Amino acid sequence: MTVEIPEDLRYTEDHEWLRLEGEEGIVGITAYAAGELGDVVFVELPAVGTALEKSQSFGVIESVKTASDLYSPLAGEVVAVNERLAEHPELVNDDPYGEGWMVRLKLADPSAVDDLQAAADYSRLVEAG
Amino acid sequence: MAYSPHTPADRGRMREALGIDTVDALFDDIPARVRANGLDLPEPLSELEVARQLQGLAERNRTGVTSFLGAGAYRHHIPAAVDAVLSRGEFYTAYTPYQPEISQGTLQTIYEFQSLIAELTGLDVVSASHYDGAAAMAEAALMTVRATRRNRVLASRAIHRHFLDTARTYFAGGEMTLEELPTAADGTTDLGALERELASSDEPVAGVLMGQPNAFGLLEPMAEAARQAHDAGALFVAVVEPVSLAVLAPPAEYGADICVGEGQPLGIGLQYGGPYLGLLAARPDLVRQVPGRLVGRTTDVEGRRAYVMTLRAREQDIRRDKAASNICTNQALCALAATVYLATLGPHGLRDVAALGAARARELEQALAAIGVERVHSMAYLNEFAIRVPDAQAVHARLLERGVLAGLPLARWYPEDEQLRDALLVCATEVTSAVDIGHFAEALREELP
Repeated sequence: MTVEIPEDLRYTEDHEWLRLEGEEGIVGITAYAAGELGDVVFVELPAVGTALEKSQSFGVIESVKTASDLYSPLAGEVVAVNERLAEHPELVNDDPYGEGWMVRLKLADPSAVDDLQAAADYSRLVEAG
Repeated sequence: MAYSPHTPADRGRMREALGIDTVDALFDDIPARVRANGLDLPEPLSELEVARQLQGLAERNRTGVTSFLGAGAYRHHIPAAVDAVLSRGEFYTAYTPYQPEISQGTLQTIYEFQSLIAELTGLDVVSASHYDGAAAMAEAALMTVRATRRNRVLASRAIHRHFLDTARTYFAGGEMTLEELPTAADGTTDLGALERELASSDEPVAGVLMGQPNAFGLLEPMAEAARQAHDAGALFVAVVEPVSLAVLAPPAEYGADICVGEGQPLGIGLQYGGPYLGLLAARPDLVRQVPGRLVGRTTDVEGRRAYVMTLRAREQDIRRDKAASNICTNQALCALAATVYLATLGPHGLRDVAALGAARARELEQALAAIGVERVHSMAYLNEFAIRVPDAQAVHARLLERGVLAGLPLARWYPEDEQLRDALLVCATEVTSAVDIGHFAEALREELP
């Protein structure tokens, strides 16, 4: 099975991705995770201003068959959430690394991004199943 | 499905696999002092002897009492069609048969139940039901916490005591708080106090809960309370008696975001306090916060109408500890009783039931006023109200000896309340007759000091 795993992102074992933009990080779930969940029907996101610890649950993603927690890859404060997902949760399946993003964090420590997995590491995790 | 009990050989193999000599070894972790040490049971009896013993116990029940007791559970005439449908084997014996391939009938009745309650409340999303009205109210309070991400809930003191007690149990131990709003002297919720609590900004309010009619039978200013709640960013929860919705405004009309209530008056008998039926309806945008299950209508692969459980992803079998609720089932048989009751009566029939109860209650009020017994509160009521009787608890006991159940002595629920010390909460429904009312007034006149 081949799924898209962009080289320029960082990943967690819980299948979230993070894109570093200056002091901020954009977070979503990977194409692999979206595929495993099936058709996403609802995404519950936090309020702007919420302070998150690394690995803290920030929301819930619900598909036709299950509901799973979303975990913050790094510590930070939520500065924006993807409001479009309220009306169009299918964006998570259609474009997981773009239009299907979930939250934008002001990172407590941008250098901590190095603790996250690189694409090659995450590929191995996905292949191992 | 065949039932295959474990044989002694099966048990032997299981004990061997577990490395234990006796089944009792499985209970070693339970302290000996709390373990059952044999059951102290009487000698066995024959069927005939058991039947006689039960007959003797049944004869100790007080039947034929002229009852004016409501206080959350209401006597109504239940059409014979309700029991006839209920006792069909397809409905009566099966436990949670929700597999759509084999359960279209059950699923359809739940869908119809939801549709009927949506029509009564004006709120489009209705759960498949809850244990009872108290459980439904506690769940609604938790919904307001989840939906607003706030932790503070305000509930009118004039909501049924048992409902408030149940909600307090749900709220115990967590970060959430449940505070009681006081009532004014007229018996309705003190909206001035509500305004002050909503304005005190140290902890924003998630939800405001009020009863309609309230625990004293009175009509509350629901629209004004809902407006206040919404202005403060809180949700408004109406706690209703469902028959009253045939003549009172649907909760959606006065701005309720969630409506809950005890479904017993809809064709369910007064059976030892249960099983009863929790009703919960909500605005469509709160659908993900609704605990328990929901049946939806869809089409199958051949385009035929079909019913399925829907939006189940947040239930406890999938979400475990993170489920919307872990104190949740639906009361399918009781919900079916409510469905058949509502379908049998129809909208006009239900309006007649509510209007007749209100008319009987006015006759009761007049008959009591004629012997000098007055109401405690001045506000409008529907079919239940509090009266003031000198030495109420003793008079209540003497009337019961004479075969009249004179409602509920409110001092039992509000022992600290001077105004209610000598109050009896009395109720009439369509089954209350003029003869009953005359009997009550006459007996009360003779028992008054």
